[in-house]
Amino acid sequence: MSHTDGSPGMSLDVVAQPAKDPQPKPVDPPDPASGTGWTEVCPLDRLQPERGVCALVDGEPVAVFRTHDDRLFALHNVDPFSNASVLSRGIVGDLGGTPVVASPLYKQHFSLESGTALEDSDVVVATYPVRVVNGTVEVGRG
Amino acid sequence: MKTVVVVGHGMVGHRFVEGLRRRDTGDAWRVVVLAQENRPAYDRVALSSYVGDASAEDLTLDGHDPLVELHLDEPVVGIDLAGRTVRTGKGRDVAYDELVLATGSVPFVPPVPGRDQDGVFVYRTLDDLDGLRAAAEEATAHAGAGRRAGVVVGGGLLGLEAANALRQLGLSPHVVEMAPRLMPVQVDEGGGALLARLVSELGLRVHTGVSTSSIARDHRGGLTVTLSDGTELDASVVVFSAGIRPADALAREVGLEVGERGGVLVDERCRTYAEHVWAIGEVAAVKGRTYGLVAPGYAMAEVVAERLTGGEGRFTEADLSTKLKLLGVDVASFGDAHATTPGALEVTLNDPVAGTYSKLVVSDDAQTLLGGVLVGDASDYETLRGFLGATLPGDPMSLIAPSSGEAVGFEALPDGAQICSCNAVTKGALVEAISSGEATTVPQLKACTRAGTTCGSCVPTLAKVLTSCGVEVSKALCEHFVQSRAELYEIVMVTGLTTFSAIVEQYGTGRGCDVCKPAVASMLATLAGGHVLDGESAALQDTNDHFLANLQRNGTYSVVPRLPGGEVTGEGLIAIGSVAKDFGLYTKITGGQRIDMFGARVEQLPAIWKRLVDAGFESGHAYGKSLRTVKSCVGTDWCRYGVQDSVGLAVALELRYRGLRSPHKLKSGVSGCARECAEARSKDFGIIATETGWNLYLGGNGGFTPRHAELIASDLDTTTLVRTIDRFLMFYVRTADRLQRTAPWIESLEGGIDHLRDVIMSDSLGICASLDEQMARHVAGYADEWAAVLDDPDKLERFTSFVNAPGVPDPTIEFVDHLGRRVPAGMKDGQPTDLAALGLGGVPITDGARIPMGAPA
Repeated sequence: MSHTDGSPGMSLDVVAQPAKDPQPKPVDPPDPASGTGWTEVCPLDRLQPERGVCALVDGEPVAVFRTHDDRLFALHNVDPFSNASVLSRGIVGDLGGTPVVASPLYKQHFSLESGTALEDSDVVVATYPVRVVNGTVEVGRG
Repeated sequence: MKTVVVVGHGMVGHRFVEGLRRRDTGDAWRVVVLAQENRPAYDRVALSSYVGDASAEDLTLDGHDPLVELHLDEPVVGIDLAGRTVRTGKGRDVAYDELVLATGSVPFVPPVPGRDQDGVFVYRTLDDLDGLRAAAEEATAHAGAGRRAGVVVGGGLLGLEAANALRQLGLSPHVVEMAPRLMPVQVDEGGGALLARLVSELGLRVHTGVSTSSIARDHRGGLTVTLSDGTELDASVVVFSAGIRPADALAREVGLEVGERGGVLVDERCRTYAEHVWAIGEVAAVKGRTYGLVAPGYAMAEVVAERLTGGEGRFTEADLSTKLKLLGVDVASFGDAHATTPGALEVTLNDPVAGTYSKLVVSDDAQTLLGGVLVGDASDYETLRGFLGATLPGDPMSLIAPSSGEAVGFEALPDGAQICSCNAVTKGALVEAISSGEATTVPQLKACTRAGTTCGSCVPTLAKVLTSCGVEVSKALCEHFVQSRAELYEIVMVTGLTTFSAIVEQYGTGRGCDVCKPAVASMLATLAGGHVLDGESAALQDTNDHFLANLQRNGTYSVVPRLPGGEVTGEGLIAIGSVAKDFGLYTKITGGQRIDMFGARVEQLPAIWKRLVDAGFESGHAYGKSLRTVKSCVGTDWCRYGVQDSVGLAVALELRYRGLRSPHKLKSGVSGCARECAEARSKDFGIIATETGWNLYLGGNGGFTPRHAELIASDLDTTTLVRTIDRFLMFYVRTADRLQRTAPWIESLEGGIDHLRDVIMSDSLGICASLDEQMARHVAGYADEWAAVLDDPDKLERFTSFVNAPGVPDPTIEFVDHLGRRVPAGMKDGQPTDLAALGLGGVPITDGARIPMGAPA
C-alpha cells in the first residue's frame, strides 16, 4: 500500500503533493494527465463541508474531504496507528490553524495539507491531488 | 492480640477507630466500640441537613472491618480500672488493654422554669431531630392560619444551625442570645451586626442581649416563652442550644481527674491520670481546656491512634478556625479573632451595601496576621488562614479590599499553612503529593492526602494548589472555546443558536475539532432536538453517532438493538439470531442485558437495521453518549423476595430517557428488593425497591474507577422518583464537563450530593421548572434514529463502502476464526496467543487462515 507507516523513505515522496484546490467551482485548467491519471469520485454537492467520503482510487481507499472554506483534500484512508481504513469517517476541523482530520479510532490528528500526524511527525499518510471538473470531484494519483 | 475498648461512637470515636486501623498494619489491635446511640457514628456537623432531605443513612460514616466490633445501644455504665474491664448497660463485662473515652458532650440546658415540658428540645442527636421533626409536623398540621413559631435559646453556631432546621421544618424561628451579638465566640461586634441583619432578611427574628426567663404552656396548648426584657413569644417548640458540657460522668464516678470546667484531664498525649485510659474529643480537657469543634477532636483521635501503634503524636495547638454557611450566609473566624494579643491592630472593612464584613487582626507592626473575621463573603478564608502567624505579603487592607482580586497569592503561603483543618493537611503535604506525581487532579489529591474529605470547604483551595504547582486546571473545552462545557451549554441555551458554525463564529475561534464538535452536537441534541444527521449536525458527530453504530478496531461496527429493561421475547431472539446468522455477525451478551452483534460493514448497517426495525426493534444508542440501558431483576413478577415491579419500572425509565444525549454515557438499574440483583448501585442512577416505594441512588459507575452510587432519597413514590431522576439528568446534562460521568460531576459540585439534593428536590436554584420542561420536551420529541435513517435516502447515502464504487466491499476488512470465534484478521498488539493451551478452544490464531470450528478434541 502506498500509505506509510512511519518508515522514513516512503513518506518523503508522497507528502510533497499539494492537494489544495482553493476554487473548486470553476473548472480547472486542462491537466496534461487528464483522462488517464484522474479518478472520478462524486459530484461536489455530495461532499458535505467538514465531513469526508471514501473513494476507490486505483484499488486504494482514499478519503476525500471538503473544508468549510470549500478547499478539497485527499488522504489515504488507512489510519497508520490502527491499520483500519477509517480516516474518511473522522471529524474535520483545525488545530493551531492547520486543517486536520481526527482518526475515529484513537483520535490522532492528521494534517489535511501534508498527511503528517500532529502527535508524531514521523507518521505520515499519503496525500493525493484533488480537482473539480464540471461539478465532479476527481482524485489524481498520489 | 490486644483489645482497645472505645467508649462512644461519635465522629471522634469513629475517627480514632479509622486512624488506628489505618496504622495497625500488623493487626495487633482488636477494637471494641461501645456506643450509647442506637446507630453508628454519623456526621453531626451536617445535622441540620437531616431535616432537609438527608436520611440517617446519608449521615452515617463508612466503615466495615472484621477487627472492629461495634455494639450499638450498649453504653458503658462502669469502669473497673484495676481489673481493666468495663461494664455495659446490658450487664456485660468487656476486658481492655487500653481504654479510650470518646463520650463527647451533652447539651447544656440552663435552669429556666418550664424547661421540662413537652415541646422543649435539645439539638444534639438524630433522635433529638426526629422528636423535633414530629413536633414541628404536629404544629404545622394543626396550625390553622399562619406560620407557627419556634424559639431557639442560644445564638451561637449550633443555635443558628438549629434555627435553620426549624425553618426547614416550616416554622418561623426566633433566636434568643444572651450576648450582645450572634455567634459571640467567633465574630466581633461589627460582624455580629451584619450577621444579624443578613439572617433577619431570611426570616429569623433575632433577640440579643436578653435571656430566657420562663417557658409556660398557654391555654391553647402552645408554649409562651418570656424573655428577660418582658417580651413574650408564642411558640410551638423551644430548642435549647446554649452550649455543651463534657459527658464526663463516667470518668468522675471512678475518680478520674477532671478540669475546672469539666472534661477528663489529659496531657498532650491524651493520657488521663489513670493508666491505660485515654480521652479524646469533647470529653477531654487537654491541660484543662476543652474543645467543642470536630477538628481538634480529630487531632486527638489521631494522637492516640499513633501512640497505640508506637508513634509519638502530641496534641499541641488546636485550630479553632471556623468557616460555615449558616442559612446561606458565609461566616468565618480564625486565629485571634477578638484581637486579644497585646498591641494587636484591627483592620476592618464594612460594606453594608454589598453585605460583607471583613476584619484582619495583625501584629503591632502590621507585618504578621494573627486572626480575622469574615461575614457575608468568606471566599478568602482558606488563603487568609494560611497566612496565620506568617508575614503578610502586603498591606493588610489590600488583602480584604474588594478591588484586590487575586492580591492574596496562594504562592505566597508558607508550606506549613494548614489547608484542610479537619484532617490537618498542610500546603506542604499537598505540594508534595502533586510534585511526586501522585495527584494531578482534585479527586486524586483528596484520595491521597484526605484533604477535603470531611467538611469539603477547602476543596476549591485544592484546585488553587494544583494551579500554583503548574498543573493546568483550565476549564476551556478545547483550543476553540475558552468556555467550559457548562458555560457553553448556557450560551447555547440562552442564545438559541442551533448550528455549530454560528456558535463557533460568535463564541469561539477556528473551525472546531473532535473535542468541541461532538460536545456541541450533544448540546444541540438536547436543546434543539432533531435528528443527529440533520443538516450541519451530521458533520459534528463522532463516527459512532454518525453511523449509529459502534466502531470496532478493524473499521467495522457493532450493532445493539434496544431491549428495554433487558426484556426480549422468543420472536425477538429469533429475529436477532437470524440477522446475526445471515450477516455473519459475532454475537455477545452485554453487561447491560442486551445483545451486541459485531463485524458489520458500514454498508451493511441499513440492511441489518431494516430487518431489526421490521421485527419491532429500535436503536439502542449503544453508540451515543446517552442513556444506554436500565438493567433490572425480575422483581415481583417472579421472584419470591421481590417487593416492587422492577421490570415494569426499568422498562418505563428506559423508554422515558432513551435517546437523551448527555456529557457521557448513562447507565441505570432497578432492583426489586434490597438483595440488589440488578447491581443498581453501580449505575449513574440506581433504584432499589423498598416495601413502601423506591430508594434512589445517584452517581455510581463501574469502569476504571468503580463507584457506588449514593442514596439521595428513600421510599419515594413513583411520581416523585421519576421527577427527581428527570431533574438529576437534565441538571447533569446542563452542567457537567465533557466526558465527565455523574460520580465525578457530583463530587465537583460545591456541596456535593447535598447541594444536588437541594437543587433537584428543594429547587434551591429555582431551575426545576425549566429542567422539568426540558425533560418533557425530550420525552415528547423522541423518535427512533434508525427508523428515521431508513426513511431518508439522503441519510442512507452515507452508508457506503466507496462513494464511487458502492458495490465493492472494503478489501482491508477480513475475518478469521480464533478459538471458535469470528474476529478481525490481524493481531492486536499484546493479544495473547497461548489461550489454546488451556484446552478451551481450537487452535491459536493464524492470521488470515480459515480454521474450521468444532468441539475441542
